[in-house]
Amino acid sequence: MPLKIGAGDLGRIHDHARDAYPEECAGALVGIDNGGIKVVVDVWRAENTHEEERIRRFLIEPLEVKKFEEQAEEKDMGLLGFYHSHPDHPAEPSEYDREHAWPGYSYVIASLGAENVEDMRSWTLRDDRSGYDEEPIVG
Amino acid sequence: MPKVKIPSPLRQYTGGNPEVDVGGATAGEALGNLASEHPDLRQHLYTGDGKLRSFVNVYKGDEDIRYLEGQDTEVADGDEISIIPSIAGGRCK
Repeated sequence: MPLKIGAGDLGRIHDHARDAYPEECAGALVGIDNGGIKVVVDVWRAENTHEEERIRRFLIEPLEVKKFEEQAEEKDMGLLGFYHSHPDHPAEPSEYDREHAWPGYSYVIASLGAENVEDMRSWTLRDDRSGYDEEPIVG
Repeated sequence: MPKVKIPSPLRQYTGGNPEVDVGGATAGEALGNLASEHPDLRQHLYTGDGKLRSFVNVYKGDEDIRYLEGQDTEVADGDEISIIPSIAGGRCK
């Protein structure tokens, strides 16, 4: 299913990835799933609370995820998924990503170097956890 | 019966229900019964060797059961058990 992200929200993800570089950033994708397309209405920064190696790891704490879910529902929206950055690494999910992924969420990965975001792709975990399917990002 | 709150990514396996009543005297029993009643949930809650996945957080009320008695935490009728995701990942190397 395509994931629609407007230019403003794309820019906010890019800004977050650059601000966090060389560490990984992470945040929530909030919006509406209308069955045929998922429309991102807002992106919310999360704190990467992974205790070490934040250049290659991120963690969003459960109570922050719960807060995001509740705040999205208050606005009659849903938590569509999450974004995170892969500094100096392709925008493809790693084995570590797969082990930790949830079904149903969109996982947007931004690949960036020291200067700019070079690629951004979105993935969903297969039901049987065997791998990911890519979903197109549309503007 | 205790009530288990289901996070949005897992509701596709509970017929869309955000809350499910399940039997069980402990949090572990309640989760096991939930997975038995909704078998497609199991692989997302448990690893192949039957342990709860590390990013699956279980709360009784407002308290993480890791800081109570873990899966042996007693639950009673009307108690609310919440499954709350943590989101983790990152590149391999």
